[in-house]
Amino acid sequence: MLNSFQEGVLIICCVNMIAVLGMSVLTGFTRLFSFGNAGFMSIGAYAAAICSVEYHMPFVVSILIGAAAAGAVSYVLGSLTIRLRGDYFLISCLGFGECVRVLFNYTKNITGGANGYSNIPYKTTGIVAVICTVLAFIIAWNFIHSRYGQALSAIRENELAAAANGINVVRYKKMSFVFSAIYAGWAGGLYAHYLRFITPTLFNLGKSSELVITTVLGGLGSLTGSVLGTIIVQILPEIFRSMSEYRMLFYGIAVVLMILLRPDGLYGYREFSLKRLIARITNPGKSKTAKEQK
Amino acid sequence: MSEPILEMRGVEKRFGGVRAIDEFSLKVEPGMVYGLIGPNGAGKTTIFNTITGIYHVDAGKILFQGKDITKVEPHQAARLGIARTFQNIRLFGNLSVKSNVEISCNMNAGYHLGDALLRTPRYRRVTKETEERAMEFLKIVGLADKGEERASSLPYGHQRKLEIARAMATNPKLLLLDEPAAGMNADESLELVEFIRELKERFQITILMIEHHMDVVTSLCDACTVLNFGKTLAAGTVEEIKKNPEVIAAYLGGDE
Repeated sequence: MLNSFQEGVLIICCVNMIAVLGMSVLTGFTRLFSFGNAGFMSIGAYAAAICSVEYHMPFVVSILIGAAAAGAVSYVLGSLTIRLRGDYFLISCLGFGECVRVLFNYTKNITGGANGYSNIPYKTTGIVAVICTVLAFIIAWNFIHSRYGQALSAIRENELAAAANGINVVRYKKMSFVFSAIYAGWAGGLYAHYLRFITPTLFNLGKSSELVITTVLGGLGSLTGSVLGTIIVQILPEIFRSMSEYRMLFYGIAVVLMILLRPDGLYGYREFSLKRLIARITNPGKSKTAKEQK
Repeated sequence: MSEPILEMRGVEKRFGGVRAIDEFSLKVEPGMVYGLIGPNGAGKTTIFNTITGIYHVDAGKILFQGKDITKVEPHQAARLGIARTFQNIRLFGNLSVKSNVEISCNMNAGYHLGDALLRTPRYRRVTKETEERAMEFLKIVGLADKGEERASSLPYGHQRKLEIARAMATNPKLLLLDEPAAGMNADESLELVEFIRELKERFQITILMIEHHMDVVTSLCDACTVLNFGKTLAAGTVEEIKKNPEVIAAYLGGDE
């Protein structure tokens, strides 16, 4: 089937997709920007790794603990910062992400510090990664299409009107934040059990930015857009591997172009729909008018 | 007389040195349509914002059905049965017309996070009920055929109606309308008057409205209060108000 290089790309792609789906709920549907989700990935990765290595816990339990740890930390952080206005919240998340990185650098006895944490069992195979991603997508999809997701979209559209219609804005924003952190922790746990060796710098500000950029590229307000965004961001650099040094440059250009040309992202507020695609192919005239209406 | 559904006692709200409302008192009986009128900047919308918990008052008390709601948060006010519309329409613009109303219906939706993530039978049933309820409200305001359209793509008059439908979907006892006839011509405001009257009859609600169109106020309101610079200028029935010399002076500019 796949050779080991291809399987590696697939796993990395899946891991990032889970983290990006979480970002999509937070940024795309609630319009809260966080440049600290790599911090939650880090917490998930280390917590899961420590559970596996020190306490010999089963893989599934380790992953769950990693995700829960990230969720618990985000709950505490969210309780402190979620009332802040958008940009201040963003900066507090950025600070948090960097704090986690520095903290794990210092706690040598537990995390191995800057030398990294090694001997993590290899458990995240291609099939595990794919199953997790599908599961993550279904859960996120159900969440977004329930009254909880509708409440988040309402907050995104108009916070005051959302509150006036009975939505507890603080509670739902926090829920969204915790949701994204659990996903980041989940992704981090899987990542650790794929790499077998993790260091705090894996989860730096660059990683957080990558998650945000992917979400914006895919489209704020579309889960399928996030899937597509992740595939583009993760797989294109592998195809153009010789130019990998310019990766961040291409990200930058892509985001600038995107904001200028398609500010709603690849899939604005819509989800990918097979029905619509077929309609567009078989009846191009009609789909054009639908687009104009939009 | 029955217990007032809404009572404000000596309410004061300051922004820096400005007293937006000062010693404001109000009593609204159940089943009334009560008008709040006054020139721009008189503090009418501020009063709405204090009732719905968007602002918290600096002094005074607000009672809703005898219960002190002076310190409630906006979502709690909605849950107690106070719904409102906004002067500058605030819809969930990028969402569908139907979603706008569904979100309000959701306030009382009886399923939990687990139901939603696993799509249990209960989730499916409640979601279907919510959808039907939302469609009912859209039918009432005549937007049933526009359910799938983006809310922001509706023409202005329809947006106003959608906002009222959304407010009604929270199942309120008291509806606050902030200039519902703003930007409407005589025919449209006449239609609006009929529409509001229907709503009131059908749902047995009490309405407190801010309005500038005197013809709307005259044909709808049982009583009203006139505000000027945050203070009550006059209160009483519309006929009394119209004859009040102070009101005429404030609106038409009397001799100093």
